[in-house]
Order: sequence, then structure tokens, then C-alpha cells
Amino acid sequence: MEANIHFPDPSKVREELIQKYPAKVAKKRAKSIIVNDPQIIPEVQANVRTVPGIITQRGCSYAGCKGVVLGPTRDIVNIVHGPIGCSFYAWLTRRNQTRTESLMDANYIPYCFSTDMQEENVVFGGEKKLKVAIQEAYDLFHPKSIAIFSTCPVGLIGDDVHAASKEMREKFGDCNVFGFSCEGYRGVSQSAGHHIANNGVFKHMVGRDNTPSVGKYKLNLLGEYNIGGDAFEIERIFEKCGITLVASFSGNSTVSQIENAHTADLNVILCHRSINYMGDMMETKYGIPWMKVNFVGAESTAKSLRKIAEYFGDEELKARVEEVIAEEAPKVQAVIDEIMPRTKGKTAMLFVGGSRAHHYQDLFAELGMTTVAAGYEFAHRDDYEGRHVLPSIKIDADSKNIEELKVVADPELYNPRKTEAELEALKEKGLEINGYEGMMKQMTKKSLVVDDLSHYESEKLIEIYKPDIFCAGIKEKYVVQKMGIPLKQLHSYDYGGPYTGFEGAVNFYKDIDRMVNNPVWKLIKAPWEKAGNGAGLSASYVTQ
Amino acid sequence: MLLRHTSKEVKEREGLTINPAKTCQPIGAMYAALGIHGCLPHSHGSQGCCSYHRSTLTRHYKEPVMAATSSFTEGASVFGGQANLLAAIETIFSVYEPDIIAVHSTCLSETIGDDLQQITRKAKDDGKVPEGKYVIFASTPSFIGSHVTGYANMVTGIATQFAVSTGVKKNQHNIIAGWMEPSDMREIKRLSKELGVKIVLFPDTSDVLDAPQTGKHVFYPKGGTTVAELQSAGDSLSSLALGSISAEPAAIALEKSCKVPFETLDIPIGLTATDRFIMALSKVVGVAVPDEITAERGRLVDVMADMEQYLYGKRVALFGDPDQLLPLTEFLLDLNMKPVHIVSGTPGQRFEKQMRKLLEARSPETNFRNGLQADMFLLHQWMKNEPVDLLIGNTYGKYMARDEDVPFIRFGFPILDRIGHSYFPNVGYSGSLRLLEKILNAIMDRQDRDALEEKFELVM
Repeated sequence: MEANIHFPDPSKVREELIQKYPAKVAKKRAKSIIVNDPQIIPEVQANVRTVPGIITQRGCSYAGCKGVVLGPTRDIVNIVHGPIGCSFYAWLTRRNQTRTESLMDANYIPYCFSTDMQEENVVFGGEKKLKVAIQEAYDLFHPKSIAIFSTCPVGLIGDDVHAASKEMREKFGDCNVFGFSCEGYRGVSQSAGHHIANNGVFKHMVGRDNTPSVGKYKLNLLGEYNIGGDAFEIERIFEKCGITLVASFSGNSTVSQIENAHTADLNVILCHRSINYMGDMMETKYGIPWMKVNFVGAESTAKSLRKIAEYFGDEELKARVEEVIAEEAPKVQAVIDEIMPRTKGKTAMLFVGGSRAHHYQDLFAELGMTTVAAGYEFAHRDDYEGRHVLPSIKIDADSKNIEELKVVADPELYNPRKTEAELEALKEKGLEINGYEGMMKQMTKKSLVVDDLSHYESEKLIEIYKPDIFCAGIKEKYVVQKMGIPLKQLHSYDYGGPYTGFEGAVNFYKDIDRMVNNPVWKLIKAPWEKAGNGAGLSASYVTQ
Repeated sequence: MLLRHTSKEVKEREGLTINPAKTCQPIGAMYAALGIHGCLPHSHGSQGCCSYHRSTLTRHYKEPVMAATSSFTEGASVFGGQANLLAAIETIFSVYEPDIIAVHSTCLSETIGDDLQQITRKAKDDGKVPEGKYVIFASTPSFIGSHVTGYANMVTGIATQFAVSTGVKKNQHNIIAGWMEPSDMREIKRLSKELGVKIVLFPDTSDVLDAPQTGKHVFYPKGGTTVAELQSAGDSLSSLALGSISAEPAAIALEKSCKVPFETLDIPIGLTATDRFIMALSKVVGVAVPDEITAERGRLVDVMADMEQYLYGKRVALFGDPDQLLPLTEFLLDLNMKPVHIVSGTPGQRFEKQMRKLLEARSPETNFRNGLQADMFLLHQWMKNEPVDLLIGNTYGKYMARDEDVPFIRFGFPILDRIGHSYFPNVGYSGSLRLLEKILNAIMDRQDRDALEEKFELVM
């Protein structure tokens, strides 16, 4: 849609964003600042190193591996092998909610486990301490699984977390112990850690339990982390539709669900960036196709449900999905009708994550708001331009360091759920089977796309565009709000949510309405600071 | 139950830390550097360190926390981080224009052996540091000590790299702030002013991490100790270090480099610690304590006396950092309360000895442990064995408090789920009165909640 929004000349904006940088930095940044054209989709430089000294939103590989992908599974004891900080900072801060069936069920999410590596461990090696820690965790909790996460010094001093894990796994017999080489320096952002996590979960968890799952329409939900209860809302909708969720990667999940995931007939992917590897690997090994969906936004949810029904090709399911949509949609529409007059025509900027900056544009569109600029924190070119660019992405030194698992069809368990012809027919119908169109196709012409936005660029963009709302994370939250612009956190949801599905959409509309129309933004200036309000005038009462 | 796997039976652990009562050095260094005016903290390591520290400090203060990173990749980890740091210094001065870059190391750069002194000197020699600007550094390996150690190391770096002795003494005294909140630093300045003592307080995060909403983001807020003040610290008549773990190392360094004599005191939390602070201040300037301060003290003692029945014998578990725990424990004892369990992840014999000495005299049966495996898991187990009436500690304590149904007061770092700590002090007589009010409210709200209908009191 071509909105009635006045866009500043985008090429001038680009000039302004980079003019203060040293020449080499400016040249590099220019390639990541792109004026969008959904028809031709220009190339965006992404997943490259951040220039040292630039204030970036990005985190590290460990954060992507332990924090994002493994964190939400409740019954794994996640031991961080390293100095205390890494485990401390990832302790409960991502708001992965989880709901056990009873008080007896395992839930280690509120716990923080670390080997608290000391100087002597760095000098003489930390493997011994790690094994002691694993033994102590086993003795204390008898968990189904223990996962080990390597932090920066571990890789440098050469501790072999995989060998230590194997040794302990074999010793215990009834506890699956496995490690991740997700040192913070690997790759250029969290993204490397997602890939490492996918590899580890695929190697050590998926396929361990071949018990056939029960249900007519069985799928796995990939790239959903149950922040603020997002997964609960999707689970509610699936249940209503009669869709069986075999496993979630990894919001509100358990070890046994993931071990049994390969018995599902479809993988639906929400966050393409963090989990697409898993989709590919499961397709190759087990013959389960994956499909890109989006449960952020009421319309997107409806669309995604219809796609799932189309995939299973079952009239009963299709009818049930329509019933559910018909039941849910009016409640959503009522809220839109009430709020829209207050939000229509307003503008948003989204600089966050590896899929959220795309998905949340749907919710803003449902409120009549336009996204004038957007970008990811740690995505790759395919998340911007679509998966068709994958063959043309250059593999650089940083991505080469991340292992690509060699996956082949399982001699016994490979079972293509659909034939090639069936998949082609589904693609014809608009289903993103093993595909993703990316963010830019959906954004307006002349909107700005910036990868790995720096602090400096964000302040400039706000000055130039004066958006009504800015979406990013905790580090940006109060910087932007100090400028008098509300910032919606799209990692933590400002401790609200859920934002998925129908109920989530309603939550989001209300939050955005509250934020952009909050009276506080008009109260920033004191009366005496406002022009013509008598500041500095002579006193009303004087003694003379 | 949130912490449903925490059992009553305490087993000694040697490898596993569970629910730590500490974090790592660099975040303390970042916090300290924010207390210098015009300073951009810089994390020499992977991006994740900087991101995690900024996030945690931001959640604690609900304020912008600006800091840069050397953005190590695998290459830098193998070949050393010098190129990254030099490039970072150049980029930072041209884009973010600070007066000072305060570099701290991380476990990564320490493990590969990057020498910050050498690299920052090279930056200067290569002309990457503009005239009149500074790059200072502190070594803060995450595998030694805790966040408190990192704070102390950066404050020491600030003291030694700025303070100069001109040979002409200035009529002023240094107050080296241990790890405290902006509100506490503001209160220290107010009390010093009341006493007529001219001080250089460093670091000073007031007007940095409690900045007003003005509709503009001020990258370098108006607060923070200035370079001129820091340089003059070498000519001060004396230093008062508030906190033997977080502040004293800087005072020792300053005595060594500039011959400024020092005295170490507790952070003035509670009545007795504030008494010592006020006495020390009045002594250095040789003036009598003003009546207003004596009256402030009197108001605190008045409440202690009037409300003593609600405090007597109440059993308290507390966790946190050494320089806060010492005066807090002393305050609880002055209030006739019973500190039953005390835990701090920060290691150190000095702290251990001080705490044992305090407890030996007034509460020898208290469980106390610090250092490795002195974590919240252990504290929680102790609480299950010997229950308490009140828990005091950082936000993570709320999980134990809910499970054990114990009143909880947020105190220390980090506080992620409430505001107030940056605005209302815990130091001085007024700050202690606020803390006492919180303690009383927690206990009395609980009494109201649990009272039988016929025992429900109107007047308390």
C-alpha cells in the first residue's frame, strides 16, 4: 500500500545518517541503509560485522543459543560454563513463560546454573569443574537433560564441553547431557547462536522418541518462544481448531515433546531467522515440509490458519478453521473500530530482532499505521529480501565458523508427508512452503530499510521522521522516550502480552493506543517553559 | 512453587553455582564510568557483554545507559583485540564525541592477554585521541571477584589516571563513593554541604542515571564528576573511602600516587554507620555538627524507639554486596532485629572478617557465607531450615519470598521490578529512616494480612 505519509527524500536521509562516520565506516554502513522498492527489492548488506565502537543493539552467540532457543524449554538444566556474568544476565530476563501440568513437574526456568569459572580454571582448564558441576546438578535434580553452554574463555582455553558431556551422559545412563560451542565471539550477532542451537537440538534431542503422536492434524510450532504467553494463545487457537501441537521450538516446551517432534506432519515457522535450519534439517531427515506462517496480527493469524488447513487439505479442518475465525474476528474488529480513529495515519519505526520487525508491521497496518522505516538487529539477507537470494549470499569468514550439519534422509524414519507435485500445488496456492518472502516485499516504496541500526542512526531517524512510535529493545527504550517518543519493546513487550493470535492482537492494539495517545507526552514542558506563558515576566507582587 | 526443586537438605557443592548472589566485574566498571562527566564506557570484548550490561543497568535505572563495545569476532579472539580497540576509539571520538572513553576488559580479552595500558597508549601515540580528550582503562577479568570488584577496579583506574599532585594542597576532601545509587550520592553531597565540607565526590552518578524528562536525549547528562575535579583529587587534604571493598582500593592508590591520606568507613546506611560518617566529616573540617543534622538523627532514633515492638526479634535473611551488607546488618542489630542468614557471592577475606567480627559480638549464631557457592540457592535452603520474618535483597529474592510467603524488601543491585532506588536514598539519617519505614511497612502489612479478625488492630 502507498500510504498518504510524507516521506523525506530517502537518499538525503541516507546521506545524513552516514555523514558523521569516518570514511571507511560510512562506506560500510551505506550498504546497510537501503531505500525500499517492493517491486525490485534492492540488496541489503546484512549479517556482517558491526564496526567496533559503534553502539549496536546486537548481542552475542551465547545469547542466541542459550537465551533464545534453549531457554524456554522448562525441564532442561541449562548449565553455563564460564564466569558468572553470562548465566546471571540470561536469568529470567527473556520472559519465557511456561505452564506445567502439576506442581510436581520439572521447571528449571526460574533457576540460574553456572560453573562460575575462576582464574585457576582459566589457567589450568575448567573441564574438571564442569564435570563436578554436572554431577552435582544430576545428584540434586535428576533432570531428563542437562545442556552445557560455552562462554568466551571456554573456547579459548580449549575445554571440550562435548567430551565432558558425553562422558557424563554415558556415566548417568538416564540423563541426556549435551554441549553447545556458543562462545560469544562466534559469528557477528545472536544469529550464530541460533544456528548452533538448532544443530545441537537436532543432533541431541529430535528423534529420540519414536512413539507415534496422536492426532489428525499434527504439527510443530517453530521459532516461537512464549514471550509474554504468546504460545499459550497459539495453543488455545490450535486446540479450538482441532490441530495437534506435537512440539514447540521452544516456547512452553518440554524435552519429551522435542524428542518426539519428528512424528508431526508439518513444521510451521514463525521466526524464520532463529529456526529455519531446523525446518530444513527435519525435512531432509524425516520428510516433514516446513511452511512460513505468522501469528502476529489478527489477519495474519487467520491467513496462517487457512494455510495450515490448506496444507492438510481436509475439508473438515478448513470448515473448523473458518468457524474459529468467524468466532474470533468480530471481537477483534470491535476493538479496531474503537481504536482506529485515534491511531490511523500515525507512523511507526521497527528496529528489532530477526523477524519481529517484519511481523509487527501487520499489527500496525491493522491499526491504520504506516511503517516508515524498519530493520533487523541480527537477520540475514533472506529475511529482508526473501529466501530466493540464498544462493547468492556470500559466505564470509564469520559464517564459515558455524558448523553446517550434513543431514541425510533417515533410512527408517524418512517419510515424505507430501509428494513434490503436491508441494508445488500448495505453493501455487500461495503457501510459503520451504520459503519466505522476506520483509521488504511487504513494505511501502520509499520506506527505509536499515540493518543493524546504530544508536547514532536511530537518533537521526527520529529527528528526521518524528515517528509516533518506535519499536526496539530495552537498551533503546529510555533513550527514545527521553526524546518524547514512546518506545514499544518487542523483545520483552514491556512486560505485557501476549501479542500473538486474536487475543494478542487486541492486547497490542490497546497498548499502542495507550502509548501513542498518552497524555504524558504533552506534559513534558513545564508551563513556564512554553512560549508566551509568562516566563521571565515581572513579578505580580513587589515590595516597593 | 517457582523454585520447586530447592530442597531443604543442604549439600556442599564445589562445581555448581545456583542462583548467584553476584555477577561479573565489567558491569561494575561500566556503572562506575557512568559517574564521570562526559564519559563513554567501553567494553573490550564480545558484543554480548556490553549488551547484557547495558540491559541490566537500563532495567535497574529505567534510564539510557550508553556504552560501546569492541565487537570481538573469532578473528579478534585469535589474533588479539588491539585492532578492534584502536578502530573503536577512532569511531567513538568521531561519532559520539565523549570527553573520555573508559575502557574495561572482559573475560575474553583478559584470557587472550590484551594489554589495555599498551593499546590505549598506542591509540594516543597514533593520534587517535583528540587534544584534550582522554582514554582511561581498568582491567576487569570476569573470572575474579564480582561486579563489586569491577566497580572498585574502575574507580581505582579513574583515581590513578586522572588525579595529579601539583604540590599545592587544595582545601577540599575526596569522598570516594562505594557502590551506591545516584540518590545516595546526592545525599552524601547534601550532608557534606550541611557540614560545610568542600568535597570531590567520585564517581557520581546523580544527574546521570536519574536524568529528567525534557523531550531531549542528552547523551552526556549534566551529572558526573568532571575531569577538572578528578585531576584536583590529587591535591585534596584527605580521602574518605565509603566501603572497604568497593571504594578503599582507589583511596589506597591515591595515597600511593599523590600522598593523599585516607580513612575507610562503611557506606552510611543505618544509624551507627551514619554516625561514624558524620563524625569523620566533622573531624576533617574541625567544625561542630550542625543542629539540623542532629535533628535528622533524632527523628530516626525517635522512630526506632516508638516502633521498637514491631522490630524486636524479627528474623531477617539478607543477601547482596559486602559494602551494603555490613552497615545494613549493623542497622538491623541496632533495630533489635535478628539477622539469621547472610549471603554474598562476592569473595574476600577482608569482608568475611569484618562481618564475622560484627556478628561475633552481637549475633554469633547467624549463618553467614560469602564467595564461591554462597548463592541464593543456599540461602533459600537455609530459609527452609530456619524460617525468617523478612527477606532483604535484590529483585531475584522475590521468587524465594513468594515461595516461602515471606515479606520482602528490595535492596541492592539489581532492582528490576520497582522504582525508587535512584530517587530516594538509603544513606544518611533520612535515608535510613526511609529504609526503616520500608521494614516497618513490610512487617506491619504482614501482621494486618495475617491477623485474626478479632485481633485486627486499628492503631498500631
